[in-house]
Amino acid sequence: MTTTDTHCPYCALQCGMGLRRPPPGAGPGVPPVEVVERPGFPVNRGALCGKGRTAAAVLDPAVRLTAPLVRDPATGTLVRASWDEALSRVAAGLEETATRYGPEATGVFGGGGLTNEKAYLLGKFARVVLRTPHIDYNGRFCMSSAAAAHRAAFGIDRGLPFPVEDIATAGCVILVGANPAETMPPLLRYFTELRRNGGHLIVVDPRRTRTAERADTHLRPVPGTDLALALGLLHLAVADGHLDEEFIADRTTGFEQARAAAMAHWPERVEQLTGVPVPLMREAVRRFADAPTAMVLTARGAEQHSKGTDTVGAWINLCLATGKAGRPGSGYGCLTGQGNGQGGREHGQKADQLPGYRSLTDPAARAHVAKVWGVDPGTLPGPGVSAYELLDRLGTPGGVKALLVAGSNPMVSAPRAAHVTERLAALDFLAVSDVVLSETAALADVVLPVAQWAEETGTTTNLEGRVILRRAAVTPPDGVRTDLDVLHGLAARLGVPRGFPTDPQEVFEELRRASAGGPADYAGISYPRIRAEDGVFWPCPHPTHPGTPRLFLDRFATPDGRARFAAVSHRPAAEEPDAHYPLHLTTGRVTAQYQSGAQTRRVPELNAAAPGPFVELHPRLATRLGVTEGQLLAVTSRRGRALAPARITDAIRPDTVFMPFHWPGAGRANTLTNPALDPVSKMPEFKVCAVRLEKAATGEQQP
Amino acid sequence: MNPHRIAVVGAGMAAARLARQLQAHSAPEDIELTLYGAEPDAPYNRTLLTEVLTGRYAAVDLPYGPGTTVRTGTEVVALDTDARKIVLADGEHTAYDSLVLATGASPVRPALPGSRTPDGDLLGGVHHLRTLTDCRLLADAAARAARAVVIGGGVLGVSAARALATLGPHVDLVHREPHLMGRHLDAESAAALRHQLTGLGIDTHLGHRPRALHGTGRVTAVELADGTRLDTDLVLLACGVRPRTHLARAAGLDVRQGIVVDDRLATSAPGTYALGDCAEHRGVVHGLADPAWRQADTLAALLSGTDPHARYTGARPLTRLTAGPVQLAAFGDPAAERHGDHEVLRLTDATRGTHRKLVRRGDRLAGAVLLGDLATLGDLLAVWQRDEDLPADPLYLIHEGARP
Repeated sequence: MTTTDTHCPYCALQCGMGLRRPPPGAGPGVPPVEVVERPGFPVNRGALCGKGRTAAAVLDPAVRLTAPLVRDPATGTLVRASWDEALSRVAAGLEETATRYGPEATGVFGGGGLTNEKAYLLGKFARVVLRTPHIDYNGRFCMSSAAAAHRAAFGIDRGLPFPVEDIATAGCVILVGANPAETMPPLLRYFTELRRNGGHLIVVDPRRTRTAERADTHLRPVPGTDLALALGLLHLAVADGHLDEEFIADRTTGFEQARAAAMAHWPERVEQLTGVPVPLMREAVRRFADAPTAMVLTARGAEQHSKGTDTVGAWINLCLATGKAGRPGSGYGCLTGQGNGQGGREHGQKADQLPGYRSLTDPAARAHVAKVWGVDPGTLPGPGVSAYELLDRLGTPGGVKALLVAGSNPMVSAPRAAHVTERLAALDFLAVSDVVLSETAALADVVLPVAQWAEETGTTTNLEGRVILRRAAVTPPDGVRTDLDVLHGLAARLGVPRGFPTDPQEVFEELRRASAGGPADYAGISYPRIRAEDGVFWPCPHPTHPGTPRLFLDRFATPDGRARFAAVSHRPAAEEPDAHYPLHLTTGRVTAQYQSGAQTRRVPELNAAAPGPFVELHPRLATRLGVTEGQLLAVTSRRGRALAPARITDAIRPDTVFMPFHWPGAGRANTLTNPALDPVSKMPEFKVCAVRLEKAATGEQQP
Repeated sequence: MNPHRIAVVGAGMAAARLARQLQAHSAPEDIELTLYGAEPDAPYNRTLLTEVLTGRYAAVDLPYGPGTTVRTGTEVVALDTDARKIVLADGEHTAYDSLVLATGASPVRPALPGSRTPDGDLLGGVHHLRTLTDCRLLADAAARAARAVVIGGGVLGVSAARALATLGPHVDLVHREPHLMGRHLDAESAAALRHQLTGLGIDTHLGHRPRALHGTGRVTAVELADGTRLDTDLVLLACGVRPRTHLARAAGLDVRQGIVVDDRLATSAPGTYALGDCAEHRGVVHGLADPAWRQADTLAALLSGTDPHARYTGARPLTRLTAGPVQLAAFGDPAAERHGDHEVLRLTDATRGTHRKLVRRGDRLAGAVLLGDLATLGDLLAVWQRDEDLPADPLYLIHEGARP
């Protein structure tokens, strides 16, 4: 028996796991590999959640695509095709559109689950082969607000500026809009250790989540008011004498403006906005400021708002004002979401960035990358539009008309999903490469079945900025190719026969050169080093550089080395409840499913644990509407209507309902969500909109 | 295109919020924004003045956006809304496209014999607490005073009494009504509050009308209607505020208790708006910061053109008092049961000094008080602000442990 050390295919924690092949001749019905613990890997020390333990089920050829599919013009159905035919159809679809409307009418939509190698080549494919500015990815829906605030404050964006093990050493942690008990269970041990070490855990969430239940203090703000809360806490830090004046003077700029902003958010006002009583706020600030070391960690709950960037900025302000940043055991961090959400945005999938976190508008960055790519910098397109903007304009004049989607399922995961579905249907040509026939793939003209995590080697960058190596443990089923193969084949058919290697290590070597000197510098990282060191933290500019597990200890990554306070002010959500839509809707995840569910909805054990959507509502609201547990409810927003059974719990505010977003069809939560965008990060407002709740009409079916 | 010239009379909290939001919504070249403030200070947070008095805050400046011109110490003496001009004290005439009146409120000056010098100034040692200047003078006087008398037992009087007590002097609080904060509290809650003030060393004299102030040049005593004489080194008059409407009235605008505005914050004169403590909307003058800020947000959306449909339709604010250890929140009319057909829930814990009360009328919350324990404030706020119907047993709204 051989065991291959690798990592989980799902979330940003990228837990270490082993994949063990059964002995030869084990017989039919035995899966090709089984997941085993990998206790030596530091992040999760062997622990896995249900998704990780059952990950091998998605390798089963029965649940996935094993041949390319093309749409038969005669019948309108998807039929099996050869790889040559499928790739030629994709190449022709892209080329015809480019010829007819210009290269800008072609586009690429990527995913935060793709490896660094794939993300890198996808960006290169868009800019060098398609020559279109239009590439963006679903990471825009993930942590783009945190990224923008992080860069503004610290000059660099890495999910966590420290390894997760530091969490256990902090004296106080404030978790804002994060529910790791459901979204990354193996991380919980660090919070448990924190509390065992005498540390204080504060959870900010409108719901009493399983994470909030483990907290010492739970602050329960009205959805959409985290920004006001952070400003109120900063105000109390000023008023109650918790400022670290020396740190502010030595290592920051812009405090005066941040202080004035905080003066405009005095505690009693913030209390009215958030519903969090002043004494609770005061206690939270005291705990945070008095602790020798402390952290604020945000996740989607704080970030997926039309003011997400300002919200994160306000929480960073609190860290800076109290001297809880740039020191061991202290700082601000973002619990990134997707498996390679971090790396996926560093290497060219984002509309405005080149590999190494370089700006597409910086002439020096363009020249550097163009040289690595062997092209004239003048031929590189400029920045394109953000993910939702790209989807919103599909098939319209000036919008993308031929789209290649890789590793994403926007039909379920994008906001205002019914509209996005219409836009996808309006395309002249849609190609999707995925492991399974996702809802988006089912709309496509061509579907390309690709290999997945256990079947191919590649690097990802986890929430710590640790670059790690997934190793192939099994060969893909017949009929399946890797994404790198697909890009190589398409590039060749579109007249670029070189520059798209199919060997991941060769791609990584090129990525190293392309990132060299950029903010996310991978130049010193290599496959052998990753194997030997359980991952290497970027920036790592040279092979002899040890990597950077802890950022900012001496200076922040800004030109003058100082962190910047953000001058921010609270504003309401883009859509607040009113007489017609009187409730807040907030959305989120459950443990057993992942993102759009394209993978996890194909695993029986996970479906048994989380079979379908539901609407969480408070008993008082249920009484008012005459609703009983399990009764089918209709949730209506200005964008559409969704159906799901009632789940009655006093863990939610009476003015708010919650839906998980993993399912398509009638129970699709994203039918309801509001695509109001953050002006800086272009993050849509997934986490709050206004809805009406009623019992479903007779005859309406349970999804 | 010429920039939209917006003149704001007043540089207080509502003006600062309006300026900040206007700039958030507009391109810098599209607006030319000027705040005319009679006070010598740039916009500051007036709600924090009693805490500035205690020394808790070194500064309480408010942001008003980098593109705003703030002319401090500049009094506007007349409006010409037909010619769209304002006249300043030095005679300067300035043209505008839109005019916003954010003139605020001034302290009520009680007709109290002995409180003024022959030429009409306040007697030495007699103070108001409305502006930062007042606050500086009062802090200075309190540092040298052994005894202080606060006249008026409303929100300002109570919080100022507590602030003065922390500065050293012995404080007497004189209130003409039978209980404190009569607009916001019922008798029982007020008695509990009084008990807490006593614990802070403040003597309260309820149902006592001050008859006169004594002293030549400086105040030396307050004489009450029953003849009681309170020796003192300083007096703080906290007898309420009144909307400043004289400019609007002189310019012929519709003024009742405040300057009358509609849901767009528009006054009766074209291109002229009003907001904050000087404005009367649907018959209500709030005199509170939260409604003023909502009004500012609405007007900013309208004047910038970001949301031509923005409307201010009223607010259901609560009354909050944070005075050191004294924590109080009052919703609606906590004495509503005097009208009959009301039900009352009441929790009093004398040992913890907490008093909580809820008054319902049918399925609606009529009023509530939380004193000393604010744990359920968030739930109460949600019900109050949205005027939700109450469940059969609303105990959880005043008792954290109760199941909803």
